[in-house]
Amino acid sequence: MMLPRLSHTWSFLSGVLLLIAAAASRADVPTLTVYTYSSFASDWGPGPLIEPAYEAHCGCDLKFVALEDGAALLGRLKLEGAGTSADVILGLDTSLTREAMDTGLLMPHDIDLQTIAFATPWNDPVFVPFDLGYFGFVYDSESVGTPPASLKELVDNPDSPPIIIQDPRTSTPGLGLLLWMRSVFGDEEMAAWARLSPRIVTVTKGWSEAYGLFLEGEAPMVLSYTTSPAYHRHVENTDRFKVAMFDEGHYQQVEVAARVTTSAQPERAQDFLRFMLSDAVQQLLPTTNWMLPAVRTNQALPEAFLEAELPMRVLSFTPDDVKMNRKEWIKRWLAAVER
Amino acid sequence: MDQALASRGRTVNVRSAQTGVWALLPGALSLAVLLTLMGGALAAIFSVAPPIRPMAILQDPYIGKVVRWQAILSATLSVGLALPVARALARRDQFPGRTLLVTFLGLPVVMPVIVAVLGLVAVYGKSGLINTWVAYLGGEITLPLYGLTGILMAHVFFNLPLAVRLLLPAWQTIPEESWKLASSLGLSSRLLLRLIEWPAVSPFLPGVCLIVFLLCFTSFAVVLTLGGGPASTTIEVAIYQSLRYDFDPAQAAMLALIQFVLCTSIALILIKWIPVLANSSGRRIDARHRPDLKNPIGRTVDITLILTTACFLFIPVLAVFTQGIRGPITSVISNPDLWWAVLRSLLIALGATATACGLALGLALSARFLRFSLRMHRVSEILILMGSLSLAIPAMIIGTGLFIVLLQAGALDRGTLLVICAVNALMILPYLIRSIAPTLMRSAQQYDQLCAQLGLRGWPRFRVVDWPAIRRPIGFSLGLGGALSFGDMGVAALFDTQGDTTLPVLLFHQMGAYRFDEASVTAVILMLLSVSLFWLIDRSIGR
Amino acid sequence: MFLKLDDVEFSLGQWRLQVSLCLEQGQCLALIGPSGAGKSTLLSLIAGFETPSRGSIRINGDTVNQLDPASRPVTMMFQENNLFNHLSLYDNIALGCHPGLKLNSSDKDRIHIAMTATELTAIATRLPADVSGGERQRAALARCLVQHRPLLLLDEPFASLDPRLRHQMHALVDSLRKANELTVIVVTHLPTEISPLAGTTAFMHDGRLLEYGPTAELLAKPQHAELTRYLKFTQAHYTPDF
Repeated sequence: MMLPRLSHTWSFLSGVLLLIAAAASRADVPTLTVYTYSSFASDWGPGPLIEPAYEAHCGCDLKFVALEDGAALLGRLKLEGAGTSADVILGLDTSLTREAMDTGLLMPHDIDLQTIAFATPWNDPVFVPFDLGYFGFVYDSESVGTPPASLKELVDNPDSPPIIIQDPRTSTPGLGLLLWMRSVFGDEEMAAWARLSPRIVTVTKGWSEAYGLFLEGEAPMVLSYTTSPAYHRHVENTDRFKVAMFDEGHYQQVEVAARVTTSAQPERAQDFLRFMLSDAVQQLLPTTNWMLPAVRTNQALPEAFLEAELPMRVLSFTPDDVKMNRKEWIKRWLAAVER
Repeated sequence: MDQALASRGRTVNVRSAQTGVWALLPGALSLAVLLTLMGGALAAIFSVAPPIRPMAILQDPYIGKVVRWQAILSATLSVGLALPVARALARRDQFPGRTLLVTFLGLPVVMPVIVAVLGLVAVYGKSGLINTWVAYLGGEITLPLYGLTGILMAHVFFNLPLAVRLLLPAWQTIPEESWKLASSLGLSSRLLLRLIEWPAVSPFLPGVCLIVFLLCFTSFAVVLTLGGGPASTTIEVAIYQSLRYDFDPAQAAMLALIQFVLCTSIALILIKWIPVLANSSGRRIDARHRPDLKNPIGRTVDITLILTTACFLFIPVLAVFTQGIRGPITSVISNPDLWWAVLRSLLIALGATATACGLALGLALSARFLRFSLRMHRVSEILILMGSLSLAIPAMIIGTGLFIVLLQAGALDRGTLLVICAVNALMILPYLIRSIAPTLMRSAQQYDQLCAQLGLRGWPRFRVVDWPAIRRPIGFSLGLGGALSFGDMGVAALFDTQGDTTLPVLLFHQMGAYRFDEASVTAVILMLLSVSLFWLIDRSIGR
Repeated sequence: MFLKLDDVEFSLGQWRLQVSLCLEQGQCLALIGPSGAGKSTLLSLIAGFETPSRGSIRINGDTVNQLDPASRPVTMMFQENNLFNHLSLYDNIALGCHPGLKLNSSDKDRIHIAMTATELTAIATRLPADVSGGERQRAALARCLVQHRPLLLLDEPFASLDPRLRHQMHALVDSLRKANELTVIVVTHLPTEISPLAGTTAFMHDGRLLEYGPTAELLAKPQHAELTRYLKFTQAHYTPDF
C-alpha cells in the first residue's frame, strides 16, 4: 500500500515541477489540437486512451482542449473564428452540424466514405461520424415492473411512471426528447406534451442533475441514453437499471468530427479523422464514451451491451430541419408544458 | 515656525485639495477596474456580435414572463426567517457549540448547487429520510419538493444562514446601557424588540435584502431543477440559452443589460433605506443584561428556533457527507488530478479574494472621504452601490466578454487564471463592500477628528485605526468570498481546458461520466476544504 | 433603615468586592474613589444588573437579592446612552410611566410635572441627537422621576457637562430629592462639588468601603492614606459656593 501512495505523491510533486518548467519549450514535435467536450477528454472518457495511441501512430503531440459540451465547443469555435487554434473539432452532434457549417470554418474531410461500413447511412462531405447513440428512458427495475412499450404509451397512459427530463434550452438530451416527440407526434406534439406534463417530476438544466435525481430515487424513470444500462452492468455489475425500448423507435444522436479550415496541418487532421474510424478506437468507445461505434467492426460489442437494447427503428431530423425549427419548437414546448 | 504651523494646518484640514486627490484615488481606481471589467466584457461581446435589433428583445413575450416573483418571495422568506433566528442567536450568546454553529452557517451558501440539491433531495425527496421514516411508521406523505415550494426551500437553505450571519452584527451595535435601562424599566420581550432591537437591526435589513434578492434573482440551476418545469424560469436561463445554445452572445449581453437595469432600479429604490452608517461597533454581543433572558417562553422559542435551523441546514449537509464517506474514497483521493484541481481552486480563491478585497477597500475608503470630508452623501452611496451590483451581471457574460478580450489579445494561455480570478472577485465584491463600508464609515464618524488632530493619514491611519475596526467583518466576508470562489463552477467551466480543471469542474466531470459515487466523495472534499478555507481566513484575519 | 447592604460580596475573576452599607430614607450619599474601585459595580448590585455571590441587599426591609431590576424600587442613570435615540424626549420620559407607552391622564400629568421640573417642555418632541448633552441628561432624570422609585442611583451622569450645568443639575437633583423624599447615591470624582448635595460620603478602594462619614468631615480629615492621596488631586476643583 505504501508504494502506490508514494508514487502518487511523486507524480504530484513532479507535476508541480513541470508546471514551473512549463515555460521551457517542449520537444519540437508538431501538435495537433483537437477541441472536444469534457467527458470525452476526462479521466474516464476515451481521450486518455486515444492520446498515446495516436501520438505513437503519428509521431506528433495530440492535445485535447475540453469544453463543457458540444454546444460550448461550437460556441468557442464561433468566438475564436479564424483565429482558432483548433485543427479538428470532435463531438458535435447532428443537431449542431448545420450551425457549425455556417461558420465557414470547417472544410471537407476528403475521405472516401464508400470504403467505410458506417452503422448509419452517411454521406456528408464535411463531418465524419465517430460514434452514435439513442435517447431512451432508463428505469429502475425495482420500482417499475413493466415499462411503457412506446412513447405513445408513456404519453397517453396516466399510470405510466413519472419521469425526470432535461430542458431542451440547456441540454442535448432535452433537445433530443423534443425532436423525438416531434418525430412521433408531428404537429400534435403540443397536445402530447400537455398530456405527458403531469408526470414530469421536474425538468433539469442538464443530464447530470437529472440522472443524479433519478439515482436518488426521485423518479423511477429518467431521460438518458439507451446505453446507460450497459454502464451499470459493465462497471457496477448491476442489472437494476434498464432502458424502455419504444416501438416507434428512438431518436438518434450521431457525434461527428470535422477538420478546421484554418489548420496548418490538414493532412494530419484528416489522418486523425481516419484514426477515429479505425477498429482500435471504435472498439474502445462503447466502454469509455458509452456510445455505440459509428463503424461496424468485426468485433462484437462488449458483453454489457445487449442486443435487445438496440432500437428497432431509428428516428432523426436532418440538421437543416433542426436548425430551421429549433427555436419555434422550443417555444411550442414552453407553451405546452408551462403550468 | 510659520512653515510648521502651515503644515500642521494642512493635516488638520482634511478637506484640502491635496489630500482629496489622494483619498479619491483608490475609489477611482476600483471603480475604473469595476467598470472596465463589466463594461469591457459587454463591449467585447457587442464588438464581435453587434446586436441586430436590440429592441426586439423587449417585445418578446417570453422576456416579460421570466421576471418572476420567486426572487422577491425567496428573499422575503429567507430574511424574514433569518430575523428571529438571528435574534435567538443574539439572545443566547453562550451555549455549547454556538461558535461552531455560527461558523458552519457559512456552509450552505458555498455548496455547489447540484450538491446542495442532491442533499435536500436526500432529506425531503421521495426516497429521502423523511419519507423513509414516515413509511417506517406506516404512513405516506408526498412533500411538494418540485415547484414553488422546492425553489423557496432551496433558496431559504442557501440564504437564510447567510442572512443570519449578515444580521448578527446588528446586535453588537446595541449599547450595554440600553439593556440595563430596559431591565430597570421592566420592558417585556416584545417591547425590547420594538424599542431596542428593531431600531438596531432595521438599518441592516435593506442591504441584506439586496444581496439575498440578487442571489435569488440570478440563481438558475436551483430554479430550473426544483421548479418542476420551465414555468419558474428566470432571466438567467434565457441568458444561458442565448449564450450557449442559440450562439447569440449579443442577445445574451442584451438580456444581461436588462437584468442589470432591473436590479439597479430595485437597488436604487432600496438605497433610500440603506444607511451606510449602521454597523457593529466591534464589541462582542453581550446579552448578559437582557431582561428577557430567563423568560421560559422566550427560552423555549429560542431553543426551538436554533435547533430547527440547525436541523434544517445540517441534515442535508450530513446526508451529503454520509454519502461521500460511503463512496470510493481511496480511488478519489489517490487521483493526482484531484489535487491539481484543489491547487487551482485554491489559487483562484486566493486571487479572487485578494482582488475583491482591494476593490472593496478602494471603494469604501473613497466613499468615506466623499461622505465625511466632501459631504457628498449621494455620490458616496452610489459608489458603494456600484460594488454591490456586480452580482447583477451574470458571471457567464463577464467571463465570455473577458474571454473575447483575451482571445483578441492572444493571451488565452497566460490570462485565463487572471480572468477567472477577476470574475470571481466581482461575484464576491458585494459581500465585502457591505461589511467593510459601514464599519469604515463608523470609524470615520468616531475618529476623523482625532486622526486629523494626530496627523494620522493614509497608510498609518489605515493600519492603526481602520484595520483593527474592519478586521472582524472583513475576515468573515473574505472567508466567505474565498470559500465561494473555491467552489465556483460557472466561470471556470467556460475556460476549461484539459488538465486545468478546478475542483467543482472535476466534480461535474465525474457526474457527467456516471461517476456519482466518486462525485459524492469529491463533494465532501470540496465542502471540507471550503469550510476550512473559510475558517482559516476568518480566524487569521478576523481573529 | 431604608437601604441595608449586609456583607455583600461579588467577584469578577481575581477582583472582589465586599461591602456593608446603611442609608436612611431621604439621605444622599456621594460615592467616591479611584477608577476600578468598584463604585459602578456597587450601583449595579443595588440596581440588580449583577447578583451578589453572598450577603443580602435590603430595601425598605425587603431582601431584593432575587428581584429583577424592574421590580426593585430603584432607578439608575448612566454616564451615557440613557435615552433611546429613535424616540423623542417625551416618549423617552414616558417610558418611565408605561413601557408600552400606553398613557392615561395621570401618567400625562406626571410627565408634565417632571418635564416642567427639568425645564424640557419646550423641546419635548425633539430627538436626543438634536438636543444638548445637558438636556439629554435632564430628560433621563425626568424619566427617573416619573418612575416614582424612591432610590435614585447616579453613575456619574453629569461628568461630561460644563461646571455651571453640572451645578444646575446637582441643584435640580437636590430639590427633586427634597420634594420627592428620594434617597440618592451619586458616584462622582468631584466630592467637593457634590458636598452641598450629599451630606454623607463613602470612599471606596479596591472593592471595599474604606471610609464613611459626613462629607465635610471626611474631606477635611481623611483617616486613610489612600483617601488622602485620592483627595490631593481633587482639591483643585474645589468650588466653595453653591
